[in-house]
Amino acid sequence: MARVVVDVMPKPEILDPQGKAVLGALPRLGFSGVTDVRQGKRFELEIDGEVTDAVLAEVEKMAETLLSNPVIENYAVRVEATQ
Amino acid sequence: MKVGVVTFPGSLDEVDAQRAVTLGGHTAVPLWHGDHDLKGVDAVVLPGGFSYGDYLRCGAISRFSPVMAEVIEAAGKGMPVLGICNGFQILCESHLLPGALIRNDHRKFVCRDQRLRIENATTPWTSSYDEGAEITIVLKNGEGGFVADVETLDRLEGEGRVVARYLDVNPNGSLRDIAGISNERGNVVGLMPHPEHAVEDLTGAGTDGLGIFTSLLESTFV
Repeated sequence: MARVVVDVMPKPEILDPQGKAVLGALPRLGFSGVTDVRQGKRFELEIDGEVTDAVLAEVEKMAETLLSNPVIENYAVRVEATQ
Repeated sequence: MKVGVVTFPGSLDEVDAQRAVTLGGHTAVPLWHGDHDLKGVDAVVLPGGFSYGDYLRCGAISRFSPVMAEVIEAAGKGMPVLGICNGFQILCESHLLPGALIRNDHRKFVCRDQRLRIENATTPWTSSYDEGAEITIVLKNGEGGFVADVETLDRLEGEGRVVARYLDVNPNGSLRDIAGISNERGNVVGLMPHPEHAVEDLTGAGTDGLGIFTSLLESTFV
């Protein structure tokens, strides 16, 4: 078993109202020093067997087709070590 | 004409859309997200709501439902397709329309009678209106902010594909006050506000929305 993680973030030029809401809430809770917050999504894909280049290419395709909307989001794929 | 109205799990406005289609002089044909054929309809409406619970992104799951494979193919052949609100989001996710719809810039759900200007009265969904007509219909959305890159926006404007624009206030942060757009051919139209809620005097914001549903009839005579 192996885990592949796909991080999806709104593109820098796209307004992120949820991140803005979090940014606004932090000072109200007494946290200071945070100048910006962007909120994204993290997908953990449990993979059956080895994570080969072919598997990673397949995950790239999943990320591009379904997990993210390339019009407004960027994604990054990485393999995570599991016990 | 036979106009199909698709129900996805979580659709809300399909019954209103069917009623508006009927008032517009057509026969409404209910379609289900799991359907593998369009039952011989001449046009399709994707109604508003929260299909698949808006999981992942609004419209992202619906876009891969069996019926959408049929809708995408038919749209490619020129069938008139109208997406309202969640239907607009589905059309963007399907890449039948450019751009995307993101959370309202003010972060609140908005529900109001919204004034619009019809910017393009040549599509099969807007031909009942005069170019520049100002209408008031219901707007209700949480994720209605239309965004696209500058080149796409310029192209939409240059090709007359901005179908409707918000007047008075921009209710959701949509770039260039865009309320609705069309594809290149003009047969696919996405609209964030709800014409199907403004077709009878008894309810809603007047009857300004009815023109969307009578347009199909007129465009067949062109």
